Amino acid sequence: MTRAFGALLKRDLTLVARTPGDYTTPVIFFVVCTTLFSFVAGKDIAVLKSIGPGVIWVSALLASMLSLEGLFRSDYEDGTLEQILTAPAPLPLMVLAKAFAHWISAGVPLLLISPILGILMNLDSHSTTILVVTIAISTPTFSLIGIFGAALVISQKKAGMLLSLLTLPLCVPILIFSVSAVSAAADQLPISGHLMLLGAFFVFTLTLSPFGTAGALRIMLSN
Amino acid sequence: MLQINNLAGTRGERLLFKNLSFAVNGGELLLIKGRNGAGKTSLLRLICGLATPETGEILWDGESIANIRSEYFRSLVFVGHDNGVNLDLTVQENLHFHQAIKGNPSAHSIPEVLERLGISRYLKVPCRFLSAGQKRRVALGRLAISDARLWLLDEPFTSLDERALDAVKNLIIQHLDQGRLCLATSHQTIDWRDSKVNQIRLGEVS
Repeated sequence: MTRAFGALLKRDLTLVARTPGDYTTPVIFFVVCTTLFSFVAGKDIAVLKSIGPGVIWVSALLASMLSLEGLFRSDYEDGTLEQILTAPAPLPLMVLAKAFAHWISAGVPLLLISPILGILMNLDSHSTTILVVTIAISTPTFSLIGIFGAALVISQKKAGMLLSLLTLPLCVPILIFSVSAVSAAADQLPISGHLMLLGAFFVFTLTLSPFGTAGALRIMLSN
Repeated sequence: MLQINNLAGTRGERLLFKNLSFAVNGGELLLIKGRNGAGKTSLLRLICGLATPETGEILWDGESIANIRSEYFRSLVFVGHDNGVNLDLTVQENLHFHQAIKGNPSAHSIPEVLERLGISRYLKVPCRFLSAGQKRRVALGRLAISDARLWLLDEPFTSLDERALDAVKNLIIQHLDQGRLCLATSHQTIDWRDSKVNQIRLGEVS
């Protein structure tokens, strides 16, 4: 069972490593989007500082949506998904392996680049730390929400828009609490409540998403 | 043993077949015949557990497959219309992945199986560079690398040349000789030597 999990994780990461566009595109989008905002803010550093966390977070959310559409695309088209569905390992576990691979390839690069963007947005070191912490907790949640959405639209050819419509509303609470955690950190206010809520969102999606996604895949592939 | 009782198959709103009952015992090959659109693929997808039947039941060793899903999946290999071969992975990586997710490797190693299918030279070649027939052989290579009792094959011989067809035929005959089961849809007429072959024909119900 863990062997199947490991095999799928390793395979997905091998595939990502072979197509660098898959992990570089979100990072480039993230950097470009954030940088553009800093131009718009003009020379007023106070404005930059106040919109900074929000800008970085919206860019991170949109960047992590970019790679979702391709999550099941090739596996669905070449029949690999049929093989995964007729494998003895529990399907939710396989879904978890795919979500984990997606997080490593799409979430971790965002996480690594985010301190630099924090500095760019003139955040102080404490706020930047909290920014990185919120991104670390929330990107896995995005992957888990996203994989469920991707499973629902699996048979649609051009599903990018529909997928965003399905998943973005579910990500809004995470956005709100992440941004307010960073802002609160900048104002020296306590943030443990925010972080606990973000953690709760993560645990909630980690528990439900694999089962929901597995169910969606079985239904989508049954005809 | 595989037992099908009063199975009905639909595609969308259309009824493809109903009251379909048959059994396949160890050492038997069942050929599913019928014109295009008669429901051969739908029947195989029902039997391999990808689709759930609206009426009827599918029993494996006397147990409904819905109740013993994990165990049932371990004992079957399904080769469908789509090869399940990732084009960016090499032949070896593809087969290795399938062997790992099935979790019941057979005594035959991957190079050995590829040798039999005549594609051992391509072990480390990404599948993108293989021809249609070679990709099909990679897909069929899955049969021999797992120790599964039931083989479900949907048009296994498409785009295969004569030598590959012979190799696959020998694989199937050897599988049957071990007292195992195989279900296949095929339009080709093939000499199965002295293996026990049954046929059902779909599309006679309306």
